[in-house]
Amino acid sequence: MSAITSPLLDRRRLRPRELVWWLLALGYFFVFPEYLAVATSVLVMALFALSLDLLLGFAGVLSLGHAVPFGIGAYACALINLAGWHEAISGALAGGAIAGLFALLIGPLILRLSGLPFIMVTLGIGAVLYEAANKAVWLTGGDNGLPGVTLDPLLGVFRWSVLGQTGYLYALGWLFALFCLTRRLVASPFGMALQGIRENPRRMQLVGAPVLRHLVVAYGLASTIAGIAGALSAQTNAFVGLEVLSLNTSIDGLVMLVLGGVGRLYGGLVGAPVYMFVQHFAREWNPYYWMFLIGALLIIVVRFSRRGLIGLLDDLLARARQRLRR
Amino acid sequence: MSDLALEAVGLRKSFGALKVTDDVTLRLRPGARTALIGPNGAGKTTLVGLLSGTIRPDSGRIDLIGHDITAETPARRVKRGLVRTFQVSSLFAKLTLLENVFLAVSENAGASRDLWRPAGRRRDLISRAEAILERLHLGDQRRHLVTEVSYGVQRLLEIAIALALDPKVLLLDEPAAGIPAAEVAVLLDAVDSLPRDIAVLMIEHDMHVVRRFATEVSVLVHGRVLMTGPPADVMASPDVRAVYLGSAGQSRFAGEARDA
Repeated sequence: MSAITSPLLDRRRLRPRELVWWLLALGYFFVFPEYLAVATSVLVMALFALSLDLLLGFAGVLSLGHAVPFGIGAYACALINLAGWHEAISGALAGGAIAGLFALLIGPLILRLSGLPFIMVTLGIGAVLYEAANKAVWLTGGDNGLPGVTLDPLLGVFRWSVLGQTGYLYALGWLFALFCLTRRLVASPFGMALQGIRENPRRMQLVGAPVLRHLVVAYGLASTIAGIAGALSAQTNAFVGLEVLSLNTSIDGLVMLVLGGVGRLYGGLVGAPVYMFVQHFAREWNPYYWMFLIGALLIIVVRFSRRGLIGLLDDLLARARQRLRR
Repeated sequence: MSDLALEAVGLRKSFGALKVTDDVTLRLRPGARTALIGPNGAGKTTLVGLLSGTIRPDSGRIDLIGHDITAETPARRVKRGLVRTFQVSSLFAKLTLLENVFLAVSENAGASRDLWRPAGRRRDLISRAEAILERLHLGDQRRHLVTEVSYGVQRLLEIAIALALDPKVLLLDEPAAGIPAAEVAVLLDAVDSLPRDIAVLMIEHDMHVVRRFATEVSVLVHGRVLMTGPPADVMASPDVRAVYLGSAGQSRFAGEARDA
Protein backbone atom coordinates (compact mmCIF):
# COMPACT_ATOMS: atom_id res chain seq x y z
CA MET A 1 0.00 0.00 0.00
CA SER A 2 1.39 3.39 -0.86
CA ALA A 3 1.35 6.56 1.22
CA ILE A 4 -1.95 8.37 1.61
CA THR A 5 -0.98 10.97 -0.95
CA SER A 6 2.31 10.90 -2.65
CA PRO A 7 2.67 13.88 -4.95
CA LEU A 8 6.31 13.02 -5.55
CA LEU A 9 5.62 9.56 -6.84
CA ASP A 10 2.12 9.81 -8.21
CA ARG A 11 2.09 12.55 -10.75
CA ARG A 12 -0.86 11.58 -12.89
CA ARG A 13 -3.20 14.51 -12.92
CA LEU A 14 -6.70 13.08 -13.07
CA ARG A 15 -7.46 9.40 -12.82
CA PRO A 16 -10.45 8.01 -14.72
CA ARG A 17 -11.87 6.72 -11.44
CA GLU A 18 -12.11 10.30 -10.23
CA LEU A 19 -14.21 11.36 -13.21
CA VAL A 20 -16.88 8.89 -12.08
CA TRP A 21 -17.74 11.04 -9.08
CA TRP A 22 -18.13 14.25 -11.07
CA LEU A 23 -20.09 12.53 -13.84
CA LEU A 24 -22.46 11.05 -11.25
CA ALA A 25 -22.93 14.48 -9.69
CA LEU A 26 -23.67 15.96 -13.09
CA GLY A 27 -25.90 13.02 -14.08
CA TYR A 28 -27.95 13.42 -10.91
CA PHE A 29 -28.99 16.85 -12.14
CA PHE A 30 -30.73 15.31 -15.16
CA VAL A 31 -32.04 12.12 -13.56
CA PHE A 32 -33.56 13.53 -10.36
CA PRO A 33 -34.60 17.09 -11.19
CA GLU A 34 -37.23 17.02 -8.43
CA TYR A 35 -34.73 16.28 -5.62
CA LEU A 36 -32.16 18.96 -6.31
CA ALA A 37 -32.69 20.94 -3.09
CA VAL A 38 -31.63 18.00 -0.88
CA ALA A 39 -28.73 17.20 -3.20
CA THR A 40 -27.54 20.80 -2.98
CA SER A 41 -27.21 20.52 0.77
CA VAL A 42 -25.23 17.31 0.20
CA LEU A 43 -22.82 19.26 -2.00
CA VAL A 44 -22.51 21.97 0.64
CA MET A 45 -21.71 19.40 3.31
CA ALA A 46 -19.24 17.67 0.98
CA LEU A 47 -17.42 20.99 0.63
CA PHE A 48 -17.50 21.43 4.40
CA ALA A 49 -16.04 17.93 4.90
CA LEU A 50 -13.37 18.67 2.28
CA SER A 51 -12.23 21.69 4.25
CA LEU A 52 -12.07 19.54 7.38
CA ASP A 53 -9.98 17.01 5.45
CA LEU A 54 -7.39 19.65 4.64
CA LEU A 55 -7.03 20.23 8.37
CA LEU A 56 -7.36 16.70 9.75
CA GLY A 57 -6.24 14.51 6.87
CA PHE A 58 -3.24 16.54 5.80
CA ALA A 59 -2.14 18.72 8.71
CA GLY A 60 -3.28 16.20 11.33
CA VAL A 61 -5.24 18.80 13.31
CA LEU A 62 -8.50 17.55 14.82
CA SER A 63 -10.98 20.33 15.49
CA LEU A 64 -14.41 19.81 17.07
CA GLY A 65 -15.30 23.41 16.28
CA HIS A 66 -15.22 23.44 12.52
CA ALA A 67 -18.81 24.69 12.54
CA VAL A 68 -17.34 28.02 13.68
CA PRO A 69 -15.96 29.09 10.28
CA PHE A 70 -18.97 27.45 8.58
CA GLY A 71 -21.37 29.47 10.72
CA ILE A 72 -19.40 32.69 10.45
CA GLY A 73 -19.38 32.33 6.66
CA ALA A 74 -23.13 31.69 6.65
CA TYR A 75 -24.05 34.61 8.89
CA ALA A 76 -21.60 37.00 7.23
CA CYS A 77 -22.93 36.14 3.78
CA ALA A 78 -26.55 36.50 4.90
CA LEU A 79 -25.93 39.82 6.64
CA ILE A 80 -24.16 41.24 3.59
CA ASN A 81 -27.07 40.03 1.48
CA LEU A 82 -29.71 41.53 3.77
CA ALA A 83 -27.77 44.79 3.77
CA GLY A 84 -28.45 44.98 0.05
CA TRP A 85 -25.65 43.16 -1.78
CA HIS A 86 -27.40 40.45 -3.82
CA GLU A 87 -24.66 39.16 -6.13
CA ALA A 88 -24.05 35.50 -5.28
CA ILE A 89 -20.41 34.72 -6.08
CA SER A 90 -18.90 37.77 -4.40
CA GLY A 91 -21.28 37.20 -1.47
CA ALA A 92 -19.94 33.66 -0.99
CA LEU A 93 -16.36 34.87 -1.33
CA ALA A 94 -16.99 37.54 1.30
CA GLY A 95 -18.39 34.91 3.69
CA GLY A 96 -15.30 32.78 3.14
CA ALA A 97 -12.93 35.71 3.56
CA ILE A 98 -14.47 36.75 6.87
CA ALA A 99 -14.34 33.18 8.19
CA GLY A 100 -10.73 32.91 7.04
CA LEU A 101 -9.84 36.20 8.69
CA PHE A 102 -11.34 35.05 11.96
CA ALA A 103 -9.28 31.87 11.73
CA LEU A 104 -6.08 33.84 11.10
CA LEU A 105 -6.85 35.86 14.22
CA ILE A 106 -7.44 32.95 16.60
CA GLY A 107 -5.14 30.47 14.83
CA PRO A 108 -1.83 31.74 16.23
CA LEU A 109 -3.32 31.51 19.73
CA ILE A 110 -4.97 28.09 19.63
CA LEU A 111 -2.66 26.20 17.28
CA ARG A 112 0.11 26.35 19.86
CA LEU A 113 -1.93 23.68 21.56
CA SER A 114 -2.23 20.18 20.24
CA GLY A 115 -4.01 16.95 21.06
CA LEU A 116 -6.67 17.00 23.75
CA PRO A 117 -6.22 20.65 24.85
CA PHE A 118 -6.68 21.80 21.25
CA ILE A 119 -9.78 19.65 20.79
CA MET A 120 -11.29 21.03 24.02
CA VAL A 121 -10.51 24.64 23.08
CA THR A 122 -12.15 24.25 19.66
CA LEU A 123 -15.15 22.70 21.38
CA GLY A 124 -15.23 25.65 23.77
CA ILE A 125 -14.99 28.28 21.04
CA GLY A 126 -17.82 26.54 19.22
CA ALA A 127 -20.03 26.62 22.31
CA VAL A 128 -19.21 30.26 23.07
CA LEU A 129 -19.98 31.41 19.55
CA TYR A 130 -23.21 29.41 19.41
CA GLU A 131 -24.52 31.02 22.59
CA ALA A 132 -23.27 34.45 21.54
CA ALA A 133 -25.21 34.12 18.26
CA ASN A 134 -28.22 32.93 20.25
CA LYS A 135 -28.03 36.01 22.47
CA ALA A 136 -27.23 38.62 19.81
CA VAL A 137 -30.74 38.69 18.41
CA TRP A 138 -30.25 42.15 16.87
CA LEU A 139 -27.52 40.71 14.63
CA THR A 140 -28.39 37.07 14.06
CA GLY A 141 -32.11 36.96 14.70
CA GLY A 142 -31.37 34.52 17.54
CA ASP A 143 -33.65 31.49 17.48
CA ASN A 144 -35.57 32.81 14.49
CA GLY A 145 -32.48 33.03 12.34
CA LEU A 146 -32.10 35.26 9.32
CA PRO A 147 -34.74 34.60 6.63
CA GLY A 148 -35.09 36.40 3.34
CA VAL A 149 -31.74 35.97 1.64
CA THR A 150 -32.43 36.87 -1.98
CA LEU A 151 -30.02 36.67 -4.88
CA ASP A 152 -29.67 38.40 -8.24
CA PRO A 153 -29.67 36.05 -11.23
CA LEU A 154 -26.37 34.17 -11.32
CA LEU A 155 -23.86 35.90 -13.65
CA GLY A 156 -26.77 38.18 -14.49
CA VAL A 157 -28.38 35.38 -16.54
CA PHE A 158 -29.59 32.38 -14.55
CA ARG A 159 -32.60 32.92 -12.29
CA TRP A 160 -32.76 31.06 -8.96
CA SER A 161 -35.59 28.62 -9.73
CA VAL A 162 -37.94 27.10 -7.17
CA LEU A 163 -36.76 23.58 -7.98
CA GLY A 164 -33.15 24.61 -7.37
CA GLN A 165 -31.49 23.80 -10.70
CA THR A 166 -29.38 26.95 -10.52
CA GLY A 167 -28.55 26.32 -6.86
CA TYR A 168 -27.41 22.78 -7.53
CA LEU A 169 -25.09 23.68 -10.41
CA TYR A 170 -23.87 26.74 -8.51
CA ALA A 171 -22.89 24.59 -5.51
CA LEU A 172 -21.36 21.94 -7.79
CA GLY A 173 -19.29 24.60 -9.52
CA TRP A 174 -17.98 25.88 -6.20
CA LEU A 175 -17.21 22.36 -5.04
CA PHE A 176 -15.30 21.57 -8.23
CA ALA A 177 -13.29 24.80 -8.13
CA LEU A 178 -12.36 24.48 -4.47
CA PHE A 179 -11.65 20.78 -4.85
CA CYS A 180 -9.15 21.50 -7.64
CA LEU A 181 -7.60 24.21 -5.50
CA THR A 182 -7.27 21.92 -2.47
CA ARG A 183 -5.84 19.18 -4.64
CA ARG A 184 -3.23 21.54 -5.97
CA LEU A 185 -2.49 22.80 -2.48
CA VAL A 186 -1.81 19.41 -0.91
CA ALA A 187 0.53 18.48 -3.77
CA SER A 188 2.67 21.61 -3.29
CA PRO A 189 5.81 21.72 -1.16
CA PHE A 190 3.60 23.41 1.43
CA GLY A 191 1.20 20.47 1.30
CA MET A 192 4.11 18.09 1.75
CA ALA A 193 5.26 20.08 4.77
CA LEU A 194 1.75 19.77 6.24
CA GLN A 195 1.97 16.01 5.90
CA GLY A 196 5.36 16.11 7.60
CA ILE A 197 3.75 18.01 10.48
CA ARG A 198 0.95 15.44 10.60
CA GLU A 199 3.48 12.61 10.84
CA ASN A 200 5.92 14.19 13.27
CA PRO A 201 5.53 17.83 14.29
CA ARG A 202 8.56 17.87 16.59
CA ARG A 203 10.82 16.53 13.90
CA MET A 204 9.44 19.08 11.43
CA GLN A 205 10.53 21.76 13.87
CA LEU A 206 14.02 20.28 13.89
CA VAL A 207 14.06 20.25 10.11
CA GLY A 208 13.75 24.00 10.49
CA ALA A 209 10.10 24.30 9.49
CA PRO A 210 7.96 27.15 10.84
CA VAL A 211 5.40 24.65 12.13
CA LEU A 212 3.03 27.14 13.78
CA ARG A 213 3.07 29.36 10.70
CA HIS A 214 2.32 26.44 8.40
CA LEU A 215 -0.55 25.33 10.65
CA VAL A 216 -2.01 28.83 10.83
CA VAL A 217 -1.97 29.09 7.03
CA ALA A 218 -3.62 25.67 6.71
CA TYR A 219 -6.21 26.60 9.33
CA GLY A 220 -6.91 29.88 7.57
CA LEU A 221 -7.37 28.17 4.20
CA ALA A 222 -9.53 25.36 5.62
CA SER A 223 -11.67 27.94 7.41
CA THR A 224 -12.05 30.00 4.25
CA ILE A 225 -13.35 26.95 2.42
CA ALA A 226 -15.64 26.09 5.34
CA GLY A 227 -16.84 29.71 5.33
CA ILE A 228 -17.68 29.49 1.64
CA ALA A 229 -19.59 26.26 2.36
CA GLY A 230 -21.51 28.10 5.06
CA ALA A 231 -22.22 30.98 2.68
CA LEU A 232 -23.51 28.52 0.07
CA SER A 233 -25.84 27.02 2.66
CA ALA A 234 -27.18 30.51 3.45
CA GLN A 235 -27.65 31.34 -0.23
CA THR A 236 -29.22 28.07 -1.38
CA ASN A 237 -31.55 27.79 1.63
CA ALA A 238 -32.30 31.54 1.55
CA PHE A 239 -31.99 31.27 5.32
CA VAL A 240 -29.46 31.01 8.16
CA GLY A 241 -30.35 29.44 11.51
CA LEU A 242 -28.39 28.81 14.69
CA GLU A 243 -27.89 25.22 13.56
CA VAL A 244 -24.97 26.29 11.34
CA LEU A 245 -22.90 27.06 14.46
CA SER A 246 -23.93 24.00 16.46
CA LEU A 247 -21.75 21.15 17.60
CA ASN A 248 -23.95 18.89 15.47
CA THR A 249 -22.65 20.57 12.35
CA SER A 250 -19.03 20.03 13.43
CA ILE A 251 -19.71 16.39 14.23
CA ASP A 252 -21.68 15.78 11.02
CA GLY A 253 -18.74 17.00 8.97
CA LEU A 254 -16.33 14.83 10.90
CA VAL A 255 -18.49 11.71 10.60
CA MET A 256 -18.92 12.25 6.86
CA LEU A 257 -15.18 12.59 6.45
CA VAL A 258 -14.33 9.51 8.51
CA LEU A 259 -17.03 7.53 6.71
CA GLY A 260 -15.59 8.43 3.32
CA GLY A 261 -11.92 8.31 4.28
CA VAL A 262 -9.66 10.81 6.04
CA GLY A 263 -6.79 12.25 4.02
CA ARG A 264 -8.22 11.07 0.72
CA LEU A 265 -9.60 14.34 -0.75
CA TYR A 266 -12.63 12.38 -1.94
CA GLY A 267 -13.39 11.34 1.65
CA GLY A 268 -15.91 14.10 2.23
CA LEU A 269 -17.28 13.86 -1.30
CA VAL A 270 -18.09 10.18 -0.81
CA GLY A 271 -18.98 10.41 2.88
CA ALA A 272 -21.46 13.31 2.61
CA PRO A 273 -23.91 11.68 0.14
CA VAL A 274 -23.74 8.30 1.89
CA TYR A 275 -24.31 9.86 5.30
CA MET A 276 -27.19 12.05 4.16
CA PHE A 277 -28.77 9.27 2.11
CA VAL A 278 -28.70 6.86 5.06
CA GLN A 279 -29.92 9.63 7.35
CA HIS A 280 -32.85 10.33 5.04
CA PHE A 281 -34.02 6.72 4.88
CA ALA A 282 -33.29 6.03 8.53
CA ARG A 283 -35.51 8.95 9.45
CA GLU A 284 -38.33 7.55 7.38
CA TRP A 285 -37.80 4.14 8.91
CA ASN A 286 -37.99 5.56 12.42
CA PRO A 287 -37.93 9.28 13.17
CA TYR A 288 -36.84 8.68 16.79
CA TYR A 289 -34.13 6.06 16.55
CA TRP A 290 -32.54 6.91 13.20
CA MET A 291 -29.16 7.67 14.78
CA PHE A 292 -28.98 3.93 15.51
CA LEU A 293 -28.42 3.18 11.83
CA ILE A 294 -25.85 5.94 11.35
CA GLY A 295 -23.94 4.75 14.39
CA ALA A 296 -24.00 1.14 13.22
CA LEU A 297 -22.78 2.17 9.76
CA LEU A 298 -19.92 4.17 11.26
CA ILE A 299 -18.86 1.26 13.47
CA ILE A 300 -18.91 -1.19 10.58
CA VAL A 301 -16.94 1.03 8.21
CA VAL A 302 -14.30 1.97 10.78
CA ARG A 303 -14.05 -1.64 11.91
CA PHE A 304 -13.30 -2.95 8.44
CA SER A 305 -11.23 -0.11 7.09
CA ARG A 306 -9.52 2.74 8.85
CA ARG A 307 -9.42 4.44 5.49
CA GLY A 308 -13.17 4.68 5.23
CA LEU A 309 -15.41 3.67 2.34
CA ILE A 310 -12.75 4.71 -0.18
CA GLY A 311 -10.26 2.43 1.54
CA LEU A 312 -12.81 -0.37 1.45
CA LEU A 313 -13.35 0.23 -2.24
CA ASP A 314 -9.59 0.22 -2.86
CA ASP A 315 -9.26 -3.11 -1.07
CA LEU A 316 -12.13 -4.64 -3.05
CA LEU A 317 -10.69 -3.45 -6.36
CA ALA A 318 -7.24 -4.75 -5.46
CA ARG A 319 -8.72 -8.14 -4.56
CA ALA A 320 -10.76 -8.27 -7.77
CA ARG A 321 -7.65 -7.48 -9.78
CA GLN A 322 -5.79 -10.32 -8.09
CA ARG A 323 -8.64 -12.72 -8.92
CA LEU A 324 -8.51 -11.70 -12.54
CA ARG A 325 -4.79 -12.26 -12.75
CA ARG A 326 -5.14 -15.82 -11.44
CA MET B 1 37.50 32.64 18.95
CA SER B 2 35.14 32.73 16.01
CA ASP B 3 37.16 30.17 14.07
CA LEU B 4 35.37 27.55 16.14
CA ALA B 5 32.36 25.85 14.57
CA LEU B 6 30.59 25.34 17.87
CA GLU B 7 31.47 26.61 21.30
CA ALA B 8 29.44 25.86 24.41
CA VAL B 9 30.66 27.50 27.61
CA GLY B 10 29.51 26.81 31.15
CA LEU B 11 26.26 25.02 30.30
CA ARG B 12 24.16 24.14 33.31
CA LYS B 13 20.80 22.40 33.53
CA SER B 14 19.06 20.97 36.57
CA PHE B 15 15.83 19.04 36.79
CA GLY B 16 14.79 19.73 40.36
CA ALA B 17 17.75 18.84 42.57
CA LEU B 18 19.37 16.73 39.87
CA LYS B 19 22.21 18.46 38.06
CA VAL B 20 22.00 16.84 34.64
CA THR B 21 24.45 19.22 33.03
CA ASP B 22 26.98 20.76 35.36
CA ASP B 23 29.23 23.44 33.91
CA VAL B 24 29.93 21.75 30.58
CA THR B 25 32.30 23.45 28.16
CA LEU B 26 32.74 22.01 24.70
CA ARG B 27 34.56 23.29 21.61
CA LEU B 28 34.36 21.94 18.07
CA ARG B 29 36.65 23.16 15.29
CA PRO B 30 35.36 23.06 11.70
CA GLY B 31 35.87 19.50 10.52
CA ALA B 32 36.13 18.12 14.06
CA ARG B 33 35.36 14.45 14.66
CA THR B 34 34.59 14.39 18.34
CA ALA B 35 32.99 11.57 20.27
CA LEU B 36 31.12 12.11 23.50
CA ILE B 37 31.13 9.04 25.70
CA GLY B 38 29.91 8.38 29.19
CA PRO B 39 27.89 5.87 31.21
CA ASN B 40 24.08 5.74 31.05
CA GLY B 41 22.54 8.71 32.78
CA ALA B 42 25.63 10.87 32.37
CA GLY B 43 23.52 13.52 30.62
CA LYS B 44 24.65 12.95 27.04
CA THR B 45 21.24 13.23 25.41
CA THR B 46 20.36 16.24 27.59
CA LEU B 47 23.51 17.91 26.29
CA VAL B 48 22.40 17.28 22.70
CA GLY B 49 19.02 18.76 23.64
CA LEU B 50 20.72 21.86 25.06
CA LEU B 51 22.89 22.30 21.98
CA SER B 52 20.02 21.79 19.52
CA GLY B 53 17.70 24.03 21.51
CA THR B 54 14.93 21.65 22.53
CA ILE B 55 16.03 22.11 26.15
CA ARG B 56 16.76 25.54 27.64
CA PRO B 57 19.91 25.80 29.74
CA ASP B 58 19.73 27.37 33.22
CA SER B 59 22.93 29.21 32.42
CA GLY B 60 25.77 29.17 29.95
CA ARG B 61 26.30 30.29 26.40
CA ILE B 62 26.36 28.61 22.99
CA ASP B 63 28.05 30.12 19.94
CA LEU B 64 27.65 28.74 16.43
CA ILE B 65 30.32 30.06 14.06
CA GLY B 66 30.66 33.20 16.11
CA HIS B 67 26.92 33.84 16.57
CA ASP B 68 25.39 33.65 20.01
CA ILE B 69 22.52 31.19 19.54
CA THR B 70 21.74 30.56 23.21
CA ALA B 71 18.29 32.16 22.95
CA GLU B 72 17.38 30.94 19.45
CA THR B 73 14.69 28.40 18.64
CA PRO B 74 15.58 24.92 17.38
CA ALA B 75 14.27 25.82 13.91
CA ARG B 76 16.45 28.93 13.76
CA ARG B 77 19.53 26.93 14.79
CA VAL B 78 18.83 24.41 12.04
CA LYS B 79 18.72 27.24 9.52
CA ARG B 80 22.10 28.38 10.79
CA GLY B 81 23.53 24.90 10.22
CA LEU B 82 23.30 23.16 13.59
CA VAL B 83 21.59 19.85 12.85
CA ARG B 84 20.99 16.78 14.98
CA THR B 85 19.84 13.22 14.52
CA PHE B 86 17.87 11.26 17.07
CA GLN B 87 18.76 8.35 19.27
CA VAL B 88 15.46 6.71 18.58
CA SER B 89 14.46 7.10 14.95
CA SER B 90 12.21 10.10 14.60
CA LEU B 91 10.98 10.02 11.04
CA PHE B 92 7.84 10.61 9.00
CA ALA B 93 6.48 7.09 9.21
CA LYS B 94 3.74 7.11 6.59
CA LEU B 95 5.88 8.78 3.94
CA THR B 96 8.47 7.27 1.62
CA LEU B 97 12.22 7.64 2.10
CA LEU B 98 12.32 10.10 -0.79
CA GLU B 99 9.52 12.16 0.72
CA ASN B 100 11.27 12.18 4.09
CA VAL B 101 14.41 13.67 2.58
CA PHE B 102 12.36 15.90 0.29
CA LEU B 103 10.75 17.55 3.32
CA ALA B 104 14.17 18.50 4.64
CA VAL B 105 15.48 19.63 1.24
CA SER B 106 12.34 21.67 0.62
CA GLU B 107 12.54 23.32 4.03
CA ASN B 108 16.23 24.03 3.56
CA ALA B 109 15.57 25.67 0.20
CA GLY B 110 12.75 27.71 1.68
CA ALA B 111 10.32 26.06 -0.75
CA SER B 112 7.70 25.07 1.82
CA ARG B 113 6.02 28.46 1.51
CA ASP B 114 5.10 27.57 -2.05
CA LEU B 115 1.41 26.69 -2.03
CA TRP B 116 0.97 26.45 -5.75
CA ARG B 117 3.56 24.60 -7.85
CA PRO B 118 3.30 20.81 -7.52
CA ALA B 119 6.10 19.29 -5.46
CA GLY B 120 6.37 16.55 -8.07
CA ARG B 121 7.56 19.05 -10.63
CA ARG B 122 10.27 20.56 -8.49
CA ARG B 123 12.99 18.55 -10.24
CA ASP B 124 15.67 20.65 -8.52
CA LEU B 125 14.53 19.63 -5.06
CA ILE B 126 13.79 16.03 -5.96
CA SER B 127 17.15 15.39 -7.57
CA ARG B 128 18.92 16.85 -4.55
CA ALA B 129 16.98 14.49 -2.30
CA GLU B 130 17.76 11.57 -4.60
CA ALA B 131 21.47 12.42 -4.65
CA ILE B 132 21.62 12.38 -0.86
CA LEU B 133 19.84 9.02 -0.70
CA GLU B 134 22.22 7.70 -3.35
CA ARG B 135 25.21 8.82 -1.30
CA LEU B 136 24.00 6.68 1.60
CA HIS B 137 23.20 3.77 -0.73
CA LEU B 138 19.47 4.15 -0.15
CA GLY B 139 18.60 4.95 -3.76
CA ASP B 140 17.00 1.58 -4.45
CA GLN B 141 14.66 1.93 -1.51
CA ARG B 142 13.58 5.51 -2.03
CA ARG B 143 10.02 4.56 -2.88
CA HIS B 144 9.52 2.43 0.23
CA LEU B 145 7.66 3.71 3.24
CA VAL B 146 9.68 4.23 6.39
CA THR B 147 7.66 1.44 8.03
CA GLU B 148 8.71 -1.00 5.32
CA VAL B 149 12.50 -0.69 5.70
CA SER B 150 14.88 -2.15 8.29
CA TYR B 151 15.92 -0.32 11.42
CA GLY B 152 19.42 0.12 10.08
CA VAL B 153 18.05 1.84 6.98
CA GLN B 154 15.93 4.08 9.20
CA ARG B 155 19.08 5.18 11.04
CA LEU B 156 20.74 5.96 7.72
CA LEU B 157 17.67 7.92 6.71
CA GLU B 158 18.10 9.99 9.89
CA ILE B 159 21.53 10.95 8.61
CA ALA B 160 20.18 11.59 5.11
CA ILE B 161 17.64 14.06 6.51
CA ALA B 162 20.37 15.76 8.51
CA LEU B 163 22.60 16.04 5.42
CA ALA B 164 19.73 17.54 3.45
CA LEU B 165 19.79 20.46 5.88
CA ASP B 166 23.32 21.54 4.88
CA PRO B 167 24.82 21.15 8.33
CA LYS B 168 27.94 22.95 9.46
CA VAL B 169 27.77 21.18 12.80
CA LEU B 170 26.20 17.74 12.99
CA LEU B 171 25.17 16.12 16.26
CA LEU B 172 24.76 12.36 15.92
CA ASP B 173 22.93 10.89 18.90
CA GLU B 174 23.97 7.22 19.07
CA PRO B 175 23.65 6.62 15.34
CA ALA B 176 24.68 2.96 15.64
CA ALA B 177 22.40 2.04 18.55
CA GLY B 178 20.27 -0.99 17.88
CA ILE B 179 21.61 -1.69 14.42
CA PRO B 180 22.68 -5.23 13.55
CA ALA B 181 26.46 -5.54 13.29
CA ALA B 182 26.36 -6.10 9.55
CA GLU B 183 24.71 -2.74 8.97
CA VAL B 184 26.99 -0.79 11.31
CA ALA B 185 29.73 -0.89 8.69
CA VAL B 186 27.46 0.80 6.14
CA LEU B 187 26.62 3.45 8.67
CA LEU B 188 30.26 4.07 9.55
CA ASP B 189 31.17 4.32 5.89
CA ALA B 190 28.42 6.89 5.57
CA VAL B 191 29.80 8.85 8.52
CA ASP B 192 33.32 8.58 7.08
CA SER B 193 32.16 10.02 3.80
CA LEU B 194 30.60 13.12 5.38
CA PRO B 195 32.06 16.31 3.90
CA ARG B 196 35.30 17.13 5.73
CA ASP B 197 34.33 20.69 6.60
CA ILE B 198 31.37 19.61 8.74
CA ALA B 199 32.12 19.43 12.45
CA VAL B 200 30.63 16.23 13.88
CA LEU B 201 29.87 15.45 17.50
CA MET B 202 28.90 11.80 17.93
CA ILE B 203 27.42 10.38 21.07
CA GLU B 204 28.28 6.72 21.21
CA HIS B 205 28.63 3.78 23.58
CA ASP B 206 30.43 1.41 21.28
CA MET B 207 34.21 1.73 21.60
CA HIS B 208 34.83 0.19 18.19
CA VAL B 209 32.73 2.89 16.60
CA VAL B 210 34.36 5.63 18.66
CA ARG B 211 37.88 4.46 17.78
CA ARG B 212 37.16 4.36 14.12
CA PHE B 213 35.36 7.70 14.01
CA ALA B 214 36.89 10.09 16.49
CA THR B 215 40.06 12.17 16.56
CA GLU B 216 39.02 13.55 19.92
CA VAL B 217 36.98 12.11 22.78
CA SER B 218 35.17 13.84 25.62
CA VAL B 219 34.01 11.85 28.62
CA LEU B 220 30.86 12.97 30.39
CA VAL B 221 30.17 11.72 33.92
CA HIS B 222 27.38 12.93 36.21
CA GLY B 223 26.84 15.92 33.95
CA ARG B 224 30.49 17.03 34.01
CA VAL B 225 33.21 16.70 31.41
CA LEU B 226 35.77 14.45 33.06
CA MET B 227 38.38 14.55 30.33
CA THR B 228 38.93 15.55 26.72
CA GLY B 229 41.72 14.31 24.52
CA PRO B 230 42.82 11.96 21.74
CA PRO B 231 41.08 8.55 21.89
CA ALA B 232 44.17 6.61 22.94
CA ASP B 233 44.94 8.96 25.84
CA VAL B 234 41.37 8.94 27.04
CA MET B 235 41.04 5.19 26.90
CA ALA B 236 44.34 4.77 28.72
CA SER B 237 43.32 7.10 31.55
CA PRO B 238 42.75 5.27 34.83
CA ASP B 239 40.26 7.95 35.92
CA VAL B 240 38.12 7.34 32.89
CA ARG B 241 38.28 3.59 33.32
CA ALA B 242 37.30 3.84 36.97
CA VAL B 243 34.23 6.06 36.54
CA TYR B 244 33.14 5.07 33.12
CA LEU B 245 33.35 1.32 33.41
CA GLY B 246 33.65 0.48 37.06
CA SER B 247 36.12 -2.17 38.03
CA ALA B 248 34.28 -4.99 36.27
CA GLY B 249 34.65 -3.55 32.78
CA GLN B 250 38.26 -2.51 33.20
CA SER B 251 39.92 -5.55 31.73
CA ARG B 252 37.77 -5.50 28.59
CA PHE B 253 38.25 -1.78 28.18
CA ALA B 254 42.01 -2.07 28.64
CA GLY B 255 42.09 -4.73 25.96
CA GLU B 256 40.27 -2.49 23.52
CA ALA B 257 42.48 0.46 24.40
CA ARG B 258 45.55 -1.63 23.53
CA ASP B 259 44.05 -2.37 20.13
CA ALA B 260 43.61 1.32 19.50
